Amino acid sequence: MHLAQLNVAQLIAPLDAPQLADFVAALEPINAIADTAPGFVWRLKGGDQPTDTVKHDYGDHLLVNFSVWESREALWNFVYRSPHLPVLRRRREWFHRVAEPYTVMWWVPRGYTPSLEEGMARLDLLRSQGPTSEAFTFQDFYDFSGT
Amino acid sequence: MEIEAHDDDLDAVGALGDPVRRALYRFVVGQGRDVGREEAATAAGIGRTLAAFHLDKLVEAGLLEQGFRRLTGRTGPGSGRPAKVYRRGAGERAVSLPPRDYRTMALILAEAVETLGGEEQAEAAARRAGERLAADAVPDADLSALLARRGYEPYEEDGRIRLRNCPFHVLADDRPLLVCSMNLALCQGLLSASGTGERAVLDPRPGECCVVFSPGPSGGGASNGDGAFHEGDASKSNEN
Repeated sequence: MHLAQLNVAQLIAPLDAPQLADFVAALEPINAIADTAPGFVWRLKGGDQPTDTVKHDYGDHLLVNFSVWESREALWNFVYRSPHLPVLRRRREWFHRVAEPYTVMWWVPRGYTPSLEEGMARLDLLRSQGPTSEAFTFQDFYDFSGT
Repeated sequence: MEIEAHDDDLDAVGALGDPVRRALYRFVVGQGRDVGREEAATAAGIGRTLAAFHLDKLVEAGLLEQGFRRLTGRTGPGSGRPAKVYRRGAGERAVSLPPRDYRTMALILAEAVETLGGEEQAEAAARRAGERLAADAVPDADLSALLARRGYEPYEEDGRIRLRNCPFHVLADDRPLLVCSMNLALCQGLLSASGTGERAVLDPRPGECCVVFSPGPSGGGASNGDGAFHEGDASKSNEN
């Protein structure tokens, strides 16, 4: 099984606004680190350009990150043990603070590419039911055996 | 606290009572890589058979892990049997008498900080704690000695000081954004007393503490792409 993860963030301004310049500048190098990270399987791309963000119908200011990894450790090491961490620390400069969960994980069969609709449904599930084996987080993690 | 788990911890720590064994343990974990019997024996100044005995005792106690690796770099027929190698065990041991449980309380407090959105204040408090630790340190202690005493296990790489051990591992694993940011602030606080112009920045990689110390702008010597993605200086991380 592979680990799918979706996270969403509400931008404080459009992507071409000056407040987001540093964030946009970080897209290309950070995406490159993700794409070459050990255990990286797939991510949803917004286009051919490295700075293209995912297009969707869930609101203009919603930024979407959607990817699949070989294991929890692979994803964790990218998120928290790579140059992604210093960028993540600056999230308050670019995104609204939200009280509800904004990131969700679940297991998918190897070779399966989940759809964004499916991902948003998993996030809804996490928000309504709390962490379960169908929709969980790093902190309340479920192994694919369901434990 | 469960009595049996506590006994395991006591047994593990007890295994280090023997000074030779303790020297072997310190040598292996200090290398940050797999260590063969021969190398460990030489470092401890003892014979290979005795070293093997003690190393296996340390594995039994869970303080080291063992694996098999070809130390020659050769493979295939004629390269010989893979040798036993040792590295630090993944688990952690804590013994406190009388029993204390600061870990559980720290995890609860960390959750409360995040719930309250108090990250900025937590970082400021960590910075002050670092400053106090630096002020209390032996006046002529250098940075590496100070870090070593705090359990960071510093080592040098490309002119920078990296930290092999994260003293806050369980917390950093549970709430990395909060705890790694607080640790960075604490490390920046530690530098406040030194006045050598060194900078503490985040340069995370798997399996280590994410803070790295670079020579300051005047110090030179760091040609390691320490750029756009690090928020090294204190003023910046305060803006979050």
